[in-house]
Amino acid sequence: MLKNKSLAYPYLVWMAIFIAAPLLIVVYFAFTTAEGKFTLNNLTGIAPYTAVFARSLLLAGAATIICLVMAYPVSYFLSRMRANKQHIMLMLVMLPMWMNFLLRTYAWMTLLEKNGIINKILGFFGIGPLQMINTAGAVILGMVYNYLPYMILPLYTAMVKIDDSLIEAAQDLGAGTWRTLTRVLIPMSAPGIATGITMVFVPSVSTFIISRMLGGGGNMLIGDLIELQFLGNSLNYNVGSAMSLLLMVVVLLCMSLTNTMGDEDVEGVI
Amino acid sequence: MKSRHWKALQKAYLCIIFSFFYLPIAVMAAFSFNQSKSRTVFTGFTFKWYLDLFRNQRILDALWLSLGLALAAATVATVVGTMAAIGINAMRKTPRAIINNISYLPVVNPEIITGVSLMLLFVVGKQGLTALNGWLEQSGLGLRVPEDIFGLPTLLIAHVTFCLPYVIFNVSPKLRQMDIRLYEAALDLGCNPRQAFFKVVLPEIMPAVLSAFLISLTYSIDDFIISYFSSGNMQTLPISIYSMTRRKVSPEVYALSTVMFLVILSIILFTNAMDSRQYKKEQKGGGRG
Repeated sequence: MLKNKSLAYPYLVWMAIFIAAPLLIVVYFAFTTAEGKFTLNNLTGIAPYTAVFARSLLLAGAATIICLVMAYPVSYFLSRMRANKQHIMLMLVMLPMWMNFLLRTYAWMTLLEKNGIINKILGFFGIGPLQMINTAGAVILGMVYNYLPYMILPLYTAMVKIDDSLIEAAQDLGAGTWRTLTRVLIPMSAPGIATGITMVFVPSVSTFIISRMLGGGGNMLIGDLIELQFLGNSLNYNVGSAMSLLLMVVVLLCMSLTNTMGDEDVEGVI
Repeated sequence: MKSRHWKALQKAYLCIIFSFFYLPIAVMAAFSFNQSKSRTVFTGFTFKWYLDLFRNQRILDALWLSLGLALAAATVATVVGTMAAIGINAMRKTPRAIINNISYLPVVNPEIITGVSLMLLFVVGKQGLTALNGWLEQSGLGLRVPEDIFGLPTLLIAHVTFCLPYVIFNVSPKLRQMDIRLYEAALDLGCNPRQAFFKVVLPEIMPAVLSAFLISLTYSIDDFIISYFSSGNMQTLPISIYSMTRRKVSPEVYALSTVMFLVILSIILFTNAMDSRQYKKEQKGGGRG
Protein backbone atom coordinates (compact mmCIF):
# COMPACT_ATOMS: atom_id res chain seq x y z
CA MET A 1 0.00 0.00 0.00
CA LEU A 2 2.87 2.36 0.74
CA LYS A 3 4.30 1.69 -2.72
CA ASN A 4 0.98 2.24 -4.37
CA LYS A 5 1.13 5.18 -6.77
CA SER A 6 -2.54 4.88 -7.66
CA LEU A 7 -3.42 6.43 -4.29
CA ALA A 8 -2.38 9.73 -5.79
CA TYR A 9 -4.71 9.39 -8.80
CA PRO A 10 -7.76 11.10 -7.27
CA TYR A 11 -5.58 14.04 -6.40
CA LEU A 12 -3.95 14.08 -9.84
CA VAL A 13 -7.38 14.32 -11.46
CA TRP A 14 -8.34 17.08 -9.01
CA MET A 15 -5.08 18.91 -9.66
CA ALA A 16 -5.51 18.73 -13.43
CA ILE A 17 -9.07 20.05 -13.33
CA PHE A 18 -8.92 22.58 -10.51
CA ILE A 19 -5.33 23.81 -10.44
CA ALA A 20 -3.84 23.41 -13.91
CA ALA A 21 -6.93 23.87 -16.09
CA PRO A 22 -8.10 27.15 -14.47
CA LEU A 23 -4.71 28.75 -15.05
CA LEU A 24 -4.70 27.57 -18.66
CA ILE A 25 -8.19 29.05 -19.04
CA VAL A 26 -6.85 32.38 -17.76
CA VAL A 27 -4.12 32.27 -20.41
CA TYR A 28 -6.67 31.33 -23.08
CA PHE A 29 -9.02 34.17 -22.10
CA ALA A 30 -6.13 36.62 -22.01
CA PHE A 31 -5.32 35.98 -25.65
CA THR A 32 -8.81 35.71 -27.14
CA THR A 33 -11.76 37.98 -27.85
CA ALA A 34 -15.20 37.35 -26.39
CA GLU A 35 -15.93 35.37 -29.55
CA GLY A 36 -12.89 33.16 -29.03
CA LYS A 37 -10.64 34.62 -31.74
CA PHE A 38 -6.93 35.19 -31.08
CA THR A 39 -6.04 38.75 -30.11
CA LEU A 40 -3.41 40.80 -28.33
CA ASN A 41 -5.84 43.65 -27.69
CA ASN A 42 -6.51 42.53 -24.11
CA LEU A 43 -2.86 42.90 -23.22
CA THR A 44 -2.34 46.16 -25.07
CA GLY A 45 -5.61 47.39 -23.56
CA ILE A 46 -3.91 47.45 -20.17
CA ALA A 47 -1.67 50.34 -21.27
CA PRO A 48 -4.02 53.07 -19.93
CA TYR A 49 -3.75 51.45 -16.52
CA THR A 50 0.04 51.68 -16.32
CA ALA A 51 -0.32 54.19 -13.50
CA VAL A 52 -2.35 51.70 -11.47
CA PHE A 53 0.29 49.03 -11.96
CA ALA A 54 3.03 51.47 -11.03
CA ARG A 55 1.11 52.52 -7.91
CA SER A 56 0.65 48.88 -6.87
CA LEU A 57 4.36 48.18 -7.21
CA LEU A 58 5.25 51.38 -5.40
CA LEU A 59 2.89 50.95 -2.45
CA ALA A 60 3.63 47.23 -2.07
CA GLY A 61 7.36 47.96 -2.33
CA ALA A 62 7.15 50.67 0.32
CA ALA A 63 5.12 48.40 2.62
CA THR A 64 7.66 45.62 2.16
CA ILE A 65 10.60 47.85 3.03
CA ILE A 66 8.83 49.29 6.08
CA CYS A 67 7.94 45.77 7.23
CA LEU A 68 11.54 44.66 6.81
CA VAL A 69 12.91 47.60 8.79
CA MET A 70 10.30 47.24 11.55
CA ALA A 71 10.51 43.46 11.75
CA TYR A 72 14.27 42.98 11.70
CA PRO A 73 14.95 44.19 15.26
CA VAL A 74 11.83 42.41 16.55
CA SER A 75 12.99 39.11 15.11
CA TYR A 76 16.50 39.61 16.40
CA PHE A 77 15.37 40.44 19.94
CA LEU A 78 12.98 37.50 19.91
CA SER A 79 15.66 35.09 18.74
CA ARG A 80 17.94 36.06 21.66
CA MET A 81 15.35 35.57 24.40
CA ARG A 82 14.98 32.59 26.69
CA ALA A 83 13.14 29.69 25.04
CA ASN A 84 9.90 29.92 27.00
CA LYS A 85 9.75 33.69 26.57
CA GLN A 86 10.33 33.26 22.83
CA HIS A 87 7.35 30.95 22.73
CA ILE A 88 5.04 33.51 24.35
CA MET A 89 6.32 36.35 22.15
CA LEU A 90 5.78 34.29 18.99
CA MET A 91 2.22 33.63 20.11
CA LEU A 92 1.73 37.36 20.54
CA VAL A 93 3.02 37.97 17.01
CA MET A 94 0.76 35.32 15.53
CA LEU A 95 -2.40 36.09 17.47
CA PRO A 96 -3.52 39.05 15.32
CA MET A 97 -2.86 36.92 12.23
CA TRP A 98 -5.58 34.53 13.30
CA MET A 99 -8.13 37.29 13.22
CA ASN A 100 -9.84 37.82 9.92
CA PHE A 101 -7.98 40.47 7.94
CA LEU A 102 -11.22 42.26 7.08
CA LEU A 103 -11.79 42.97 10.76
CA ARG A 104 -8.19 44.08 11.25
CA THR A 105 -8.47 46.45 8.32
CA TYR A 106 -11.84 47.72 9.52
CA ALA A 107 -10.22 48.68 12.82
CA TRP A 108 -7.90 51.05 10.99
CA MET A 109 -10.75 52.36 8.89
CA THR A 110 -12.40 53.76 11.99
CA LEU A 111 -9.15 54.85 13.64
CA LEU A 112 -7.99 56.91 10.68
CA GLU A 113 -11.32 58.58 9.96
CA LYS A 114 -11.66 62.32 9.73
CA ASN A 115 -13.41 62.42 13.11
CA GLY A 116 -11.80 59.23 14.27
CA ILE A 117 -9.94 58.73 17.48
CA ILE A 118 -6.47 59.55 16.15
CA ASN A 119 -7.58 62.91 14.82
CA LYS A 120 -9.32 63.53 18.13
CA ILE A 121 -6.07 62.93 20.02
CA LEU A 122 -4.12 65.07 17.57
CA GLY A 123 -6.71 67.79 17.96
CA PHE A 124 -6.11 67.70 21.70
CA PHE A 125 -2.54 68.78 20.95
CA GLY A 126 -3.79 71.38 18.53
CA ILE A 127 -2.89 69.49 15.37
CA GLY A 128 -5.19 68.60 12.55
CA PRO A 129 -7.65 67.29 11.74
CA LEU A 130 -5.49 65.52 9.17
CA GLN A 131 -6.77 63.71 6.12
CA MET A 132 -5.52 60.21 6.81
CA ILE A 133 -8.14 57.84 5.46
CA ASN A 134 -8.38 57.51 1.67
CA THR A 135 -4.71 58.27 1.15
CA ALA A 136 -1.85 56.20 -0.22
CA GLY A 137 -0.29 56.33 3.23
CA ALA A 138 -3.34 54.66 4.75
CA VAL A 139 -3.07 51.86 2.19
CA ILE A 140 0.60 51.32 3.04
CA LEU A 141 -0.27 51.34 6.74
CA GLY A 142 -2.94 48.71 6.14
CA MET A 143 -0.47 46.51 4.28
CA VAL A 144 2.16 46.88 7.00
CA TYR A 145 -0.33 46.15 9.76
CA ASN A 146 -1.74 43.08 8.04
CA TYR A 147 1.47 41.53 6.77
CA LEU A 148 4.10 42.48 9.39
CA PRO A 149 3.85 39.05 11.08
CA TYR A 150 4.67 37.44 7.72
CA MET A 151 7.98 39.29 7.84
CA ILE A 152 8.74 38.70 11.51
CA LEU A 153 8.21 34.93 11.43
CA PRO A 154 10.60 33.92 8.60
CA LEU A 155 13.21 36.38 9.87
CA TYR A 156 12.92 34.88 13.33
CA THR A 157 13.24 31.35 11.93
CA ALA A 158 16.44 32.32 10.14
CA MET A 159 17.90 34.22 13.09
CA VAL A 160 17.17 31.67 15.77
CA LYS A 161 19.63 29.41 13.96
CA ILE A 162 22.46 31.96 14.25
CA ASP A 163 24.68 30.99 17.14
CA ASP A 164 25.35 33.67 19.77
CA SER A 165 29.03 32.77 19.66
CA LEU A 166 29.27 33.93 16.04
CA ILE A 167 28.10 37.41 17.00
CA GLU A 168 30.43 37.45 19.99
CA ALA A 169 33.29 36.28 17.80
CA ALA A 170 32.66 39.09 15.35
CA GLN A 171 32.68 41.62 18.19
CA ASP A 172 35.78 40.09 19.78
CA LEU A 173 37.55 40.37 16.47
CA GLY A 174 36.86 44.08 16.40
CA ALA A 175 33.66 44.46 14.41
CA GLY A 176 31.39 47.26 15.62
CA THR A 177 27.63 47.00 15.81
CA TRP A 178 27.24 48.13 12.22
CA ARG A 179 29.81 45.72 10.83
CA THR A 180 28.44 42.82 12.84
CA LEU A 181 25.05 43.62 11.38
CA THR A 182 26.11 43.97 7.76
CA ARG A 183 28.80 41.30 7.64
CA VAL A 184 27.38 38.62 9.95
CA LEU A 185 23.71 39.03 10.81
CA ILE A 186 22.29 40.14 7.48
CA PRO A 187 24.14 37.61 5.31
CA MET A 188 23.22 34.80 7.68
CA SER A 189 19.57 35.79 7.80
CA ALA A 190 19.33 36.30 4.02
CA PRO A 191 17.07 33.29 3.40
CA GLY A 192 14.66 34.69 5.99
CA ILE A 193 14.81 38.13 4.42
CA ALA A 194 14.06 36.63 1.01
CA THR A 195 11.09 34.64 2.29
CA GLY A 196 9.80 37.61 4.26
CA ILE A 197 9.97 39.92 1.26
CA THR A 198 7.97 37.50 -0.89
CA MET A 199 5.44 36.84 1.85
CA VAL A 200 4.76 40.55 2.31
CA PHE A 201 5.13 41.75 -1.26
CA VAL A 202 2.94 39.18 -3.00
CA PRO A 203 -0.23 39.70 -0.93
CA SER A 204 0.38 43.47 -0.83
CA VAL A 205 0.73 43.89 -4.57
CA SER A 206 -2.36 41.82 -5.28
CA THR A 207 -4.70 43.11 -2.56
CA PHE A 208 -7.97 44.79 -3.38
CA ILE A 209 -9.57 44.94 0.05
CA ILE A 210 -6.98 47.09 1.80
CA SER A 211 -6.96 49.62 -1.01
CA ARG A 212 -10.75 49.70 -1.13
CA MET A 213 -11.28 50.05 2.61
CA LEU A 214 -8.44 52.44 3.39
CA GLY A 215 -7.66 54.01 0.03
CA GLY A 216 -11.10 55.22 -0.99
CA GLY A 217 -11.65 55.46 -4.72
CA GLY A 218 -8.44 57.29 -5.54
CA ASN A 219 -5.93 54.59 -4.77
CA MET A 220 -6.88 51.73 -7.07
CA LEU A 221 -4.44 48.83 -7.24
CA ILE A 222 -4.05 45.94 -9.69
CA GLY A 223 -6.27 43.80 -7.48
CA ASP A 224 -9.11 46.36 -7.70
CA LEU A 225 -8.79 46.45 -11.49
CA ILE A 226 -8.97 42.68 -11.76
CA GLU A 227 -11.89 42.48 -9.36
CA LEU A 228 -13.79 45.08 -11.40
CA GLN A 229 -13.33 42.99 -14.54
CA PHE A 230 -14.74 39.85 -12.93
CA LEU A 231 -17.39 41.00 -10.46
CA GLY A 232 -17.58 44.78 -10.85
CA ASN A 233 -19.20 47.07 -13.36
CA SER A 234 -16.57 46.81 -16.10
CA LEU A 235 -17.28 43.09 -16.48
CA ASN A 236 -14.81 41.77 -19.06
CA TYR A 237 -13.27 38.35 -18.42
CA ASN A 238 -10.79 38.67 -21.26
CA VAL A 239 -9.22 41.93 -20.13
CA GLY A 240 -9.35 40.68 -16.54
CA SER A 241 -7.46 37.55 -17.55
CA ALA A 242 -4.82 39.61 -19.31
CA MET A 243 -4.37 41.68 -16.13
CA SER A 244 -4.18 38.52 -14.02
CA LEU A 245 -1.53 37.16 -16.35
CA LEU A 246 0.51 40.33 -15.97
CA LEU A 247 0.15 40.18 -12.20
CA MET A 248 1.41 36.58 -12.24
CA VAL A 249 4.45 37.71 -14.24
CA VAL A 250 5.15 40.47 -11.69
CA VAL A 251 4.90 37.97 -8.83
CA LEU A 252 7.12 35.44 -10.59
CA LEU A 253 9.73 38.10 -11.26
CA CYS A 254 9.69 39.16 -7.62
CA MET A 255 10.05 35.58 -6.46
CA SER A 256 12.91 34.74 -8.79
CA LEU A 257 14.70 37.90 -7.62
CA THR A 258 14.36 37.03 -3.94
CA ASN A 259 15.21 33.40 -4.68
CA THR A 260 18.58 34.25 -6.16
CA MET A 261 19.19 36.60 -3.24
CA GLY A 262 18.52 33.85 -0.69
CA ASP A 263 20.56 31.24 -2.59
CA GLU A 264 23.65 33.32 -3.18
CA ASP A 265 24.03 34.15 0.45
CA VAL A 266 23.43 30.63 1.60
CA GLU A 267 26.28 29.54 -0.63
CA GLY A 268 28.39 32.38 0.70
CA VAL A 269 27.80 31.24 4.26
CA ILE A 270 28.61 27.62 3.51
CA MET B 1 25.98 50.37 31.61
CA LYS B 2 25.67 50.12 27.88
CA SER B 3 24.05 46.75 28.18
CA ARG B 4 21.38 48.09 30.55
CA HIS B 5 20.44 50.87 28.13
CA TRP B 6 20.38 48.33 25.36
CA LYS B 7 17.96 46.11 27.30
CA ALA B 8 15.68 49.08 28.02
CA LEU B 9 15.77 50.07 24.35
CA GLN B 10 14.85 46.53 23.34
CA LYS B 11 11.91 46.49 25.70
CA ALA B 12 10.69 49.88 24.52
CA TYR B 13 10.90 48.84 20.89
CA LEU B 14 9.02 45.59 21.44
CA CYS B 15 6.40 47.52 23.41
CA ILE B 16 5.86 49.90 20.51
CA ILE B 17 5.53 47.07 18.00
CA PHE B 18 3.13 45.11 20.15
CA SER B 19 1.00 48.18 20.84
CA PHE B 20 0.88 48.67 17.09
CA PHE B 21 -0.47 45.13 16.81
CA TYR B 22 -2.93 45.28 19.66
CA LEU B 23 -4.11 48.87 20.13
CA PRO B 24 -6.48 48.81 17.13
CA ILE B 25 -8.01 45.58 18.42
CA ALA B 26 -8.28 47.04 21.92
CA VAL B 27 -9.97 50.21 20.67
CA MET B 28 -12.50 48.13 18.75
CA ALA B 29 -13.17 46.02 21.82
CA ALA B 30 -13.68 49.13 23.96
CA PHE B 31 -16.11 50.73 21.54
CA SER B 32 -18.06 47.50 21.11
CA PHE B 33 -19.48 48.33 24.57
CA ASN B 34 -20.29 51.93 23.67
CA GLN B 35 -23.91 52.96 23.99
CA SER B 36 -23.95 55.37 21.05
CA LYS B 37 -22.61 54.72 17.62
CA SER B 38 -19.90 57.29 18.19
CA ARG B 39 -16.39 56.05 17.79
CA THR B 40 -14.64 58.82 19.65
CA VAL B 41 -16.72 59.47 22.76
CA PHE B 42 -17.67 56.77 25.21
CA THR B 43 -21.24 57.55 26.20
CA GLY B 44 -22.10 54.56 28.32
CA PHE B 45 -21.73 50.85 28.76
CA THR B 46 -23.98 48.42 26.91
CA PHE B 47 -24.19 44.85 25.64
CA LYS B 48 -26.65 46.00 22.97
CA TRP B 49 -24.37 45.33 20.01
CA TYR B 50 -23.57 41.84 21.20
CA LEU B 51 -27.26 41.04 21.51
CA ASP B 52 -27.84 42.49 18.06
CA LEU B 53 -25.04 40.36 16.75
CA PHE B 54 -26.39 37.13 18.17
CA ARG B 55 -29.85 37.96 16.83
CA ASN B 56 -28.52 38.81 13.39
CA GLN B 57 -29.79 35.89 11.33
CA ARG B 58 -27.54 36.70 8.38
CA ILE B 59 -24.41 36.50 10.49
CA LEU B 60 -25.56 33.31 12.17
CA ASP B 61 -26.38 31.67 8.84
CA ALA B 62 -23.01 32.73 7.50
CA LEU B 63 -21.29 31.35 10.58
CA TRP B 64 -22.94 27.94 10.22
CA LEU B 65 -22.20 27.87 6.51
CA SER B 66 -18.55 28.68 7.17
CA LEU B 67 -18.22 26.04 9.86
CA GLY B 68 -19.95 23.34 7.80
CA LEU B 69 -18.00 24.24 4.70
CA ALA B 70 -14.71 24.21 6.60
CA LEU B 71 -15.44 20.80 8.13
CA ALA B 72 -16.42 19.31 4.76
CA ALA B 73 -13.53 20.88 2.85
CA ALA B 74 -10.95 19.99 5.49
CA THR B 75 -12.17 16.39 5.65
CA VAL B 76 -12.10 15.90 1.87
CA ALA B 77 -8.75 17.68 1.54
CA THR B 78 -7.20 15.66 4.37
CA VAL B 79 -8.31 12.29 3.00
CA VAL B 80 -7.48 13.01 -0.65
CA GLY B 81 -4.27 14.86 0.29
CA THR B 82 -2.97 12.12 2.59
CA MET B 83 -3.62 9.51 -0.08
CA ALA B 84 -1.89 11.76 -2.58
CA ALA B 85 1.13 12.22 -0.31
CA ILE B 86 1.54 8.43 -0.06
CA GLY B 87 1.11 7.96 -3.79
CA ILE B 88 3.48 10.78 -4.68
CA ASN B 89 6.03 9.43 -2.23
CA ALA B 90 5.99 6.12 -4.11
CA MET B 91 6.75 7.82 -7.44
CA ARG B 92 10.07 8.31 -9.13
CA LYS B 93 11.86 11.60 -8.87
CA THR B 94 10.77 13.36 -12.07
CA PRO B 95 6.99 12.87 -11.87
CA ARG B 96 7.19 13.69 -8.18
CA ALA B 97 8.95 16.98 -8.89
CA ILE B 98 6.43 17.92 -11.58
CA ILE B 99 3.45 17.18 -9.33
CA ASN B 100 4.99 19.04 -6.40
CA ASN B 101 5.63 22.08 -8.57
CA ILE B 102 2.06 22.20 -9.83
CA SER B 103 0.77 21.71 -6.29
CA TYR B 104 2.82 24.70 -5.20
CA LEU B 105 0.97 26.99 -7.62
CA PRO B 106 -2.00 27.79 -5.37
CA VAL B 107 0.41 28.41 -2.48
CA VAL B 108 2.64 30.90 -4.28
CA ASN B 109 0.06 32.50 -6.57
CA PRO B 110 -1.68 35.58 -5.21
CA GLU B 111 -5.04 34.51 -3.84
CA ILE B 112 -6.87 36.75 -6.27
CA ILE B 113 -5.37 34.77 -9.18
CA THR B 114 -6.49 31.46 -7.70
CA GLY B 115 -9.93 32.95 -7.09
CA VAL B 116 -10.28 34.44 -10.54
CA SER B 117 -8.99 31.35 -12.35
CA LEU B 118 -11.39 29.07 -10.47
CA MET B 119 -14.23 31.46 -11.22
CA LEU B 120 -13.42 31.30 -14.93
CA LEU B 121 -13.37 27.51 -14.76
CA PHE B 122 -16.79 27.51 -13.11
CA VAL B 123 -18.15 29.95 -15.68
CA VAL B 124 -16.89 27.74 -18.49
CA GLY B 125 -18.18 24.67 -16.67
CA LYS B 126 -21.61 26.24 -16.30
CA GLN B 127 -21.74 27.01 -20.02
CA GLY B 128 -20.74 23.42 -20.71
CA LEU B 129 -23.55 22.13 -18.52
CA THR B 130 -26.07 24.40 -20.24
CA ALA B 131 -24.93 23.08 -23.59
CA LEU B 132 -25.18 19.53 -22.28
CA ASN B 133 -28.73 20.17 -21.12
CA GLY B 134 -29.66 21.54 -24.53
CA TRP B 135 -28.29 18.41 -26.12
CA LEU B 136 -30.07 16.17 -23.63
CA GLU B 137 -33.34 17.93 -24.33
CA GLN B 138 -32.98 17.40 -28.05
CA SER B 139 -32.12 13.76 -27.63
CA GLY B 140 -35.38 13.34 -25.73
CA LEU B 141 -33.91 11.27 -22.91
CA GLY B 142 -35.76 13.32 -20.33
CA LEU B 143 -32.57 13.86 -18.31
CA ARG B 144 -31.25 17.11 -16.93
CA VAL B 145 -28.04 17.96 -15.11
CA PRO B 146 -28.02 20.79 -12.56
CA GLU B 147 -26.78 23.95 -14.22
CA ASP B 148 -26.52 26.51 -11.49
CA ILE B 149 -23.31 25.35 -9.86
CA PHE B 150 -22.37 28.67 -8.26
CA GLY B 151 -22.85 28.47 -4.53
CA LEU B 152 -22.18 25.52 -2.28
CA PRO B 153 -20.63 23.20 -4.94
CA THR B 154 -18.18 25.82 -6.21
CA LEU B 155 -17.32 26.95 -2.68
CA LEU B 156 -16.56 23.40 -1.63
CA ILE B 157 -14.42 22.76 -4.71
CA ALA B 158 -12.51 26.01 -4.22
CA HIS B 159 -11.85 25.37 -0.54
CA VAL B 160 -10.72 21.78 -1.09
CA THR B 161 -8.45 23.03 -3.86
CA PHE B 162 -6.59 25.58 -1.78
CA CYS B 163 -6.39 23.26 1.25
CA LEU B 164 -4.98 20.26 -0.64
CA PRO B 165 -1.41 21.54 -1.16
CA TYR B 166 -1.09 22.34 2.56
CA VAL B 167 -2.16 18.80 3.44
CA ILE B 168 0.31 17.26 1.00
CA PHE B 169 3.21 19.45 2.11
CA ASN B 170 2.43 18.68 5.75
CA VAL B 171 2.11 14.92 5.40
CA SER B 172 4.90 14.27 2.87
CA PRO B 173 7.86 15.15 5.14
CA LYS B 174 6.42 12.95 7.90
CA LEU B 175 6.14 10.05 5.45
CA ARG B 176 9.72 10.48 4.36
CA GLN B 177 10.87 10.56 7.98
CA MET B 178 9.01 7.37 8.79
CA ASP B 179 11.04 4.19 8.93
CA ILE B 180 9.82 2.08 6.00
CA ARG B 181 10.98 -1.02 7.88
CA LEU B 182 8.13 -0.59 10.35
CA TYR B 183 5.72 -1.15 7.51
CA GLU B 184 7.73 -4.06 6.15
CA ALA B 185 7.93 -5.64 9.59
CA ALA B 186 4.15 -5.43 9.89
CA LEU B 187 3.83 -7.21 6.54
CA ASP B 188 6.34 -9.87 7.59
CA LEU B 189 4.44 -10.46 10.78
CA GLY B 190 1.34 -11.29 8.82
CA CYS B 191 -0.54 -8.05 8.30
CA ASN B 192 -2.02 -7.51 4.90
CA PRO B 193 -1.09 -4.16 3.33
CA ARG B 194 -4.36 -2.60 4.44
CA GLN B 195 -3.91 -3.67 8.06
CA ALA B 196 -0.28 -2.61 8.00
CA PHE B 197 -1.36 0.80 6.80
CA PHE B 198 -4.10 1.38 9.33
CA LYS B 199 -2.28 -0.19 12.30
CA VAL B 200 1.28 0.97 11.69
CA VAL B 201 1.62 3.71 9.11
CA LEU B 202 -1.41 5.82 9.94
CA PRO B 203 -0.69 6.09 13.69
CA GLU B 204 2.86 7.04 12.77
CA ILE B 205 1.84 9.92 10.48
CA MET B 206 -1.24 10.88 12.50
CA PRO B 207 0.23 14.06 14.05
CA ALA B 208 0.94 15.44 10.59
CA VAL B 209 -2.48 14.41 9.29
CA LEU B 210 -4.17 16.07 12.25
CA SER B 211 -2.25 19.30 11.92
CA ALA B 212 -3.01 19.30 8.18
CA PHE B 213 -6.69 18.96 9.04
CA LEU B 214 -6.52 21.84 11.52
CA ILE B 215 -4.61 24.06 9.09
CA SER B 216 -7.21 23.35 6.41
CA LEU B 217 -9.97 24.14 8.87
CA THR B 218 -8.52 27.53 9.78
CA TYR B 219 -7.67 28.45 6.19
CA SER B 220 -11.16 27.58 5.10
CA ILE B 221 -12.88 29.56 7.86
CA ASP B 222 -10.61 32.55 7.30
CA ASP B 223 -10.64 32.67 3.50
CA PHE B 224 -12.29 35.64 1.93
CA ILE B 225 -10.69 36.34 -1.44
CA ILE B 226 -11.05 32.95 -3.13
CA SER B 227 -14.57 32.45 -1.73
CA TYR B 228 -15.55 35.92 -2.90
CA PHE B 229 -15.03 34.90 -6.52
CA SER B 230 -16.69 31.51 -6.36
CA SER B 231 -19.55 31.96 -3.94
CA GLY B 232 -22.34 33.14 -6.22
CA ASN B 233 -24.93 34.48 -3.79
CA MET B 234 -23.80 32.40 -0.84
CA GLN B 235 -22.40 34.27 2.13
CA THR B 236 -19.64 32.71 4.18
CA LEU B 237 -18.72 34.46 7.41
CA PRO B 238 -15.87 36.54 5.89
CA ILE B 239 -18.11 37.54 2.99
CA SER B 240 -20.86 38.72 5.32
CA ILE B 241 -18.26 40.56 7.40
CA TYR B 242 -17.19 42.26 4.20
CA SER B 243 -20.73 43.35 3.42
CA MET B 244 -21.06 44.64 6.98
CA THR B 245 -17.89 46.72 6.69
CA ARG B 246 -19.26 48.38 3.57
CA ARG B 247 -21.63 50.27 5.83
CA LYS B 248 -19.77 53.06 7.49
CA VAL B 249 -20.81 52.70 11.09
CA SER B 250 -21.61 49.32 12.54
CA PRO B 251 -20.65 48.61 16.16
CA GLU B 252 -21.81 45.05 15.52
CA VAL B 253 -18.59 44.52 13.60
CA TYR B 254 -16.68 45.61 16.71
CA ALA B 255 -18.63 43.15 18.78
CA LEU B 256 -17.94 40.42 16.26
CA SER B 257 -14.20 41.18 16.24
CA THR B 258 -14.08 41.06 19.99
CA VAL B 259 -15.92 37.76 20.12
CA MET B 260 -13.67 36.27 17.45
CA PHE B 261 -10.55 37.52 19.19
CA LEU B 262 -11.63 35.96 22.47
CA VAL B 263 -12.50 32.66 20.78
CA ILE B 264 -9.13 32.52 19.03
CA LEU B 265 -7.30 33.50 22.19
CA SER B 266 -8.97 30.78 24.22
CA ILE B 267 -8.29 28.16 21.53
CA ILE B 268 -4.61 29.11 21.49
CA LEU B 269 -4.33 29.16 25.27
CA PHE B 270 -6.10 25.81 25.46
CA THR B 271 -3.87 24.09 22.88
CA ASN B 272 -0.84 25.61 24.56
CA ALA B 273 -1.88 24.27 27.93
CA MET B 274 -2.43 20.85 26.37
CA ASP B 275 0.96 20.99 24.70
CA SER B 276 2.83 21.88 27.84
CA ARG B 277 0.97 19.21 29.80
CA GLN B 278 1.92 16.68 27.14
CA TYR B 279 5.48 17.94 27.30
CA LYS B 280 5.65 17.58 31.08
CA LYS B 281 4.17 14.10 30.86
CA GLU B 282 6.80 13.07 28.36
CA GLN B 283 9.52 14.51 30.56
CA LYS B 284 8.25 12.54 33.52
CA GLY B 285 7.73 9.38 31.52
CA GLY B 286 11.42 9.31 30.68
CA GLY B 287 11.37 10.84 27.22
CA ARG B 288 8.93 8.49 25.54
CA GLY B 289 8.33 9.35 21.91
